[in-house]
Formats: sequence, C-alpha cells, structure tokens
Amino acid sequence: MRSAVVVFPASNCDRDAQTALKQLTGKDPRMVWHGDSELPAVDLVVLPGGFSYGDYLRSGAMASQSAIMRAVKAHAEKGGMVLGICNGFQVLTESHLLPGALMRNADLKFVCRPVTMTVEETQSAFTRKYDNGQRVVFPVAHGDGNYFADDATLDRLEGENRVVFRYVEGDNPNGSARNIAGILNETRNVLGLMPHPERVVDPLLGGTDGVALFRSLIEALT
Amino acid sequence: MKARVFVTLKNGVLDPQGKAIGHALNGLGFGTVGEVRQGKVIDIELAETDEARARASLKDMCEKLLANTVIEKYEIELR
Repeated sequence: MRSAVVVFPASNCDRDAQTALKQLTGKDPRMVWHGDSELPAVDLVVLPGGFSYGDYLRSGAMASQSAIMRAVKAHAEKGGMVLGICNGFQVLTESHLLPGALMRNADLKFVCRPVTMTVEETQSAFTRKYDNGQRVVFPVAHGDGNYFADDATLDRLEGENRVVFRYVEGDNPNGSARNIAGILNETRNVLGLMPHPERVVDPLLGGTDGVALFRSLIEALT
Repeated sequence: MKARVFVTLKNGVLDPQGKAIGHALNGLGFGTVGEVRQGKVIDIELAETDEARARASLKDMCEKLLANTVIEKYEIELR
C-alpha cells in the first residue's frame, strides 16, 4: 500500500501518521505540502490532526480551500482512499467530502483523553480487520469534535451503515449527535473520525487498538 | 464599497458559547438576560460599485467560505 500524508501549516499529527504508516506498511509515506497541487501516485491519502491555519474562521475551513485539496477531491472521486483524523475529519466536512459539520464541543472544553468506542461497521476497507461491535480505545484531543447533521442526514448515515465508530454511551467526549465518532462517505472510500488511531499502534504508547484500521487498509489495498 | 457579513448559527443549532455568555451575564447581575446567541462579523472592502453585483459576489463568498451552511446562516449588509 502506497500512502501520502498531507501537511498543512499547523498540522501536528502528521509525524504520528507518518510513523504509524511506516511501522505498519514498511514503506515511508510521501509527505505532501498543502500548497502542492498534485498528489503522488498513492492508494491512501491521510489528512492528519492538528490546527491547520490556526483554525481560522472555522476548524478545517481554510485547509479545505488549499491547493492540495483539489487533488485530494479528485483522488476521492476516482475511488482513492482518504482517511481524515481529527482536524482531517474537519477538513473533510468543510470540503463536502463528508456530510455534516464538527462544532465546538458541547461543554466548550478541549478534551484530551482515551475514549471507548464500538466498531459499528466492519464492511469497509478501513475496518474489515475489526469484529462487529468490538470495543476499542483511541485517544481524542480536540475542541471541535461535536458532530452535527440534520436528522435526515443522520438517518441516512445510519441506514446505509456509514457510522463506523460510535462512542459508547456515557463516554461521548464532545456531545456529538447519536454518539457518532467516525463516518464514511457514500462510496465508502473516505473515512473521517475524531479519535486518533495513529496514536495507538504501539504498546509503548499505551495501546494497539488502531493497528487493525491500518491493517484493514493494507489488506484492502495490497 | 464596504460590506458587513454577519454569520450566525442557524435556529435550532445548539450554541454552547452563546449559552455560556448568557450564564456569565446572569452571573454579573444582568437578570433580564434570556437566550444569547453569538456569531461573527466580517467586514469586507470590495472594488465594486454596482450593488447587485456586489451582493451576488458576497453571497457566493458566504456559500463557498464565510459560512458553513450546514450549521450557519448569513446576512449581508452593504454600507
């Protein structure tokens, strides 16, 4: 699997994503600057966490207008895989590659802690190595993770099994609608999630629940 | 031409910041304060003299960048 990580000004999880991808795929991902207008030939593009453009205007809003995002959209439209983590998820909603929006956390606090989620859907290239209903613990670190969409959109996401990760009842860190933590696009090649799978790929860092997500992609794309 | 764009959360979208501001105002003794909603003001200078063209252009800016119409609405004021 060939991968690329997009680096925006003030991305801060780009190196985490790079390290995880290198460790699990055995290949260095290509690091792509936001001002570039072309992507290298890759199977997977990761939009990393961080505070791109200082979260000016809205989280992800400025990044969604960057030159590289036109190439990322074209990649997604051709069926290429895109994984948006945290700020990357915000960039995906702002780019309309995923529906809905990520609003300020309901309690207005930046939240930085491990959260427990269930894997709600394993029929996807991102989650095929998990068990249906499996509980996983990923860390979150965000101030704007409160997923919002109108009821019709939420019903549709659930009806099409596009809610892939859900916070377990009582452990929703941000007030997101229907405890949603991560969703797929209609064609199931774009995943956005607030928690950080790339930070739980090594026992040394406190967990390995994120490994199966990358292994799923490797299996699907190799 | 100068324009002022107001971006606010749509009705029905929870506004925790507005709520917190309301609580703080109540705490300061402003007992008459009810619901508070907050938003953004964006001032824009436009090299444009035709009002209709300016409005059309500003609407386009709001739809493309200034507002996230999933959660926000906008109003345009020309001055």
